[in-house]
Amino acid sequence: MATQQTRALGRLAVAPSVIALFMWMIVPLAMTIYFSFLRYSLLDPNYACSVLHPGQLFDEANRCLAGFSNYKYFLTDPAFFRAMGNSLKLVGWVLAISVVGGTLLALLLDQAFYGRGIVRIMMIAPFLVMPTVSALVWKNMMMNPVSGFLAYLFKLVGLQPIDWFAHYPLTAIVIMVAWQWVPFATLILLTSLQSLDEEQKEAAEMDGTPPLSYFWYIVLPHLLRPMTVVILIETIFLLNVFAEVYVTGTGGTAGNLPFLVYQYGLIANDIGGASAGGIIAVILANIVAFFLMRMIGKNLEA
Amino acid sequence: MKRVFTGVLGAMALAALATTALAETKLTIATVNNGDMIRMQGLTDDFTKANPDIKLEWVTLEENVLREKVTTDIAAKGGQFDVLTIGTYEVPIWGKKGWLLPLTMVDDPADLLPAIAGGLTVDGKLMAAPFYGESSMVMYRKDLMDKAGMKMPDAPTWKDIREAADKMTDKANEVYGVCLRGKAGWGENMAFLTAMSNSFGARWFDENWKPQFDQPEWKDTLNFYLDLMKADGPPGASSNGFNENLALFNAGKCGMWIDATVAASFVTGKDSKVADKVGFALAPDNGLGKRGNWLWAWSLAIPAGSQKEEAAQKFVGWATSKHYTELVASKEGWANVPPGTRTSLYANPEYAKVPFAKMTLDSINAADPSKPTVKPVPYVGVQFVAIPEFAGLATTTGQIFSAALAGDKTADQALAEAQDAATREMTKSGYIK
Repeated sequence: MATQQTRALGRLAVAPSVIALFMWMIVPLAMTIYFSFLRYSLLDPNYACSVLHPGQLFDEANRCLAGFSNYKYFLTDPAFFRAMGNSLKLVGWVLAISVVGGTLLALLLDQAFYGRGIVRIMMIAPFLVMPTVSALVWKNMMMNPVSGFLAYLFKLVGLQPIDWFAHYPLTAIVIMVAWQWVPFATLILLTSLQSLDEEQKEAAEMDGTPPLSYFWYIVLPHLLRPMTVVILIETIFLLNVFAEVYVTGTGGTAGNLPFLVYQYGLIANDIGGASAGGIIAVILANIVAFFLMRMIGKNLEA
Repeated sequence: MKRVFTGVLGAMALAALATTALAETKLTIATVNNGDMIRMQGLTDDFTKANPDIKLEWVTLEENVLREKVTTDIAAKGGQFDVLTIGTYEVPIWGKKGWLLPLTMVDDPADLLPAIAGGLTVDGKLMAAPFYGESSMVMYRKDLMDKAGMKMPDAPTWKDIREAADKMTDKANEVYGVCLRGKAGWGENMAFLTAMSNSFGARWFDENWKPQFDQPEWKDTLNFYLDLMKADGPPGASSNGFNENLALFNAGKCGMWIDATVAASFVTGKDSKVADKVGFALAPDNGLGKRGNWLWAWSLAIPAGSQKEEAAQKFVGWATSKHYTELVASKEGWANVPPGTRTSLYANPEYAKVPFAKMTLDSINAADPSKPTVKPVPYVGVQFVAIPEFAGLATTTGQIFSAALAGDKTADQALAEAQDAATREMTKSGYIK
């Protein structure tokens, strides 16, 4: 009896925070869904409404119902397919680079060598740089085709410098983002390497296991779970990459979904269209997450 | 005792008076990070001395960011800013919507250049006061023209430009005949291309708002631009905007540069390696009666519903006055006063000594926002179309044309894509039924 009472009391006690959290989540989502069905342009709400839906204006900002037309226009926009492709390519490449690179670096940093502490701290540094700052540095100091450091290296060996943002914009973005996320993967994987059982290591050594087999049969299985964590966390953040695209001005060629939503909302001032784009992005992210969980989620259950 | 009491009362009354007198009005001014605007921030003592009760707070932003902030603020009636810096594109749209207050304290409005004031007037009322005005013109290297044995006419044709560019180009020494905008953006490459297309007889829309990118005039424009840039432009041109080209020209790497007239004071200024070798000419034409130059004015406006209208009116009046012009001239010299807004400035014999003064005025006068194209159009605006949908649409087309310049698309593909994008947008917003 007492347990039931305490349970009820407990529910009552957590209710305020649960409700607050729920509102925190649901209000913006509900408003976005609501806006996505409106013709709602910041600059001139009257025109499209008064022409296409005469007599249907319903509030002081002269918005009117748009039905599914915002979704229709967003989904049929050629820019949408390009943006979706870019989003997926960006996530895929950065994941591949950061997991492979992160594993190699973690193995390296796990060795005992002089100055290891300092090297480890420096390894983590890129992850702590703000994305806008890192994008500016990469754009102006590294990849600039005239004054950048990479251009300097190219000229040094007598090659024509690459104009990254004109010809390989997505590659450039992938490099910048990977530079930030490899350290994160390294950090997680290194921590996990350090928890590898010392006795297992010694046993393998005594048996004379060759290094590759040691890596394949002992280290890799041990790393699978942290890798899953890395992949899941990175996917969430990589789907939202924006600063790098915005700062380098490659939105036209390497623009991903967040950039397209921004372009709808803040350049074209089409709040309805941008909201529809936002909802579509949420749905796509959920689909990606669903498959990702099914593919690698098994690792988490063990 | 009583006397003390009266004394205290008196002191309190005085203090109360003093506080009312010092009750400050704080004006928040949103402005763009251009040289002329930054200069103004250093000269505001002159204003605050005369108006000790007004305090100025500046929010200085890069052009695109400014535009986003100010647009969202005014559309959502946020009231963050008391004075806005906006351009010729926004004023007619916002003025028509009643988002701006008519200006009442502008110094001698009849003195404003008609071409500039016309673009800022809605229903006969001045909605924004021009701080500086600009058109575009050809800036060229006299020494390179001499070397090529050519002479730049005062009013060149596009053919002249092509010839001169071909002769001046010397890629081995990193001298490129012509530098033009290629960076995507409605205020970047599309400002240039739209103005250029006017001189080729092209237009954005016909009288029924049908997009015209499928017409031969646009094809000629884009082909000419792409060929010229391919033959004589600098590498990486598709990421060059105003600032990038300015840096190239100042470093002596461009033979010609067709861009904003305000750039004239920079290319002849102390940061330029070629300051004493620059000549000026009108933007080119094709003999069709329209030149490829634009018209723009960064202007100060007051959002409707402002609580501090009087102080804001005073400030706008001061910043755009003849008095301010003289103030800048006395401190920084005539070449640095904000150009392109007043007839009296160009009548001033001191200013006439500035090498680019006459060409700037001629360029501004050569632009006609109310009749920008050879064929009739339903819109106003020279390098833009003054409808709210233009910014978004021209951003998309700008990206397409920039990709064409980078070599990712052919001119025909780019034009077909632009036509699709424009048709979609115009159908969506109800212009095409």
